[in-house]
Amino acid sequence: MDSLDHKRAPAAPSPTIHVMRSQLGRVRGLGAAGTGIGHWWAQRVTAILLLPLSLYFVASVLILEGASRAGMAAYMAEPWNAVLFLMLIGALFYHLALGLQVVVEDYVHKESSKLATLLILKGLIIFCALACAVSVLKLAL
Amino acid sequence: MKDARDALMVGRNTDGKLVRRPISPHLQVYKPQMSSVTSIFHRITGCALGLGTLLLTLWLITAASGDSAFSVVQAIFASWIGILILIGFTAALFYHFANGIRHLAWDAGHGFELPVMHRSGVLVFAATVFLTVVFWAVAFLIW
Repeated sequence: MDSLDHKRAPAAPSPTIHVMRSQLGRVRGLGAAGTGIGHWWAQRVTAILLLPLSLYFVASVLILEGASRAGMAAYMAEPWNAVLFLMLIGALFYHLALGLQVVVEDYVHKESSKLATLLILKGLIIFCALACAVSVLKLAL
Repeated sequence: MKDARDALMVGRNTDGKLVRRPISPHLQVYKPQMSSVTSIFHRITGCALGLGTLLLTLWLITAASGDSAFSVVQAIFASWIGILILIGFTAALFYHFANGIRHLAWDAGHGFELPVMHRSGVLVFAATVFLTVVFWAVAFLIW
């Protein structure tokens, strides 16, 4: 019709597209599964929680520097400390699981490896979170 | 090309020729900028802190389990290599903390203007150094 169309015609052999799929179909098939918002929110909420809790953790580390086991137990026996540590452990490992999930999804492309990596990481995170929580409770009680 | 994602990486250049577009971010060819460097650091420190949680776990588990195990962990933490690792851990923590506040501000819609973004990035690095130095000054004073 107009001369612009002729100028934009593809020249030499170049990548061709054989995917018989509309953009809408692609979006419906590969787009958001509907859980992305939940992940995003949880990451922000845990981040906000971790702002005061990580400062508390840093202060606790300084207070407990060089402490004996009895000193650790006396610190955790204070209900405030036990509760704050348990909250820290919950928010921290949840935030870690969410963050590492995004990293793995960005760099591991093979579906089976991605699933395996995520399952192993999440298993490890749950193990560490439980180990920390049980240890705090054992020191506290 | 048969993959839908590959197909979407095809674009026209200014001559109208179909080309395979580069996949961003191509770290090795991009000039480091405040936006990209702070972002990469956020991810690196996040992963490092993930490894650091293993130290936290070790600390708490041994404290709850027995004197001999706990004294070994305390000795490792107090050795020069332990202190070096812990300095890295605290620096990563303070960086992730400060840049996390920056990210939360962006999520709320603030600080997107380039000069503001640049200044807040400088501030994050300054805060990291400051907080790390203060933390270790206090730690060595107590010690």
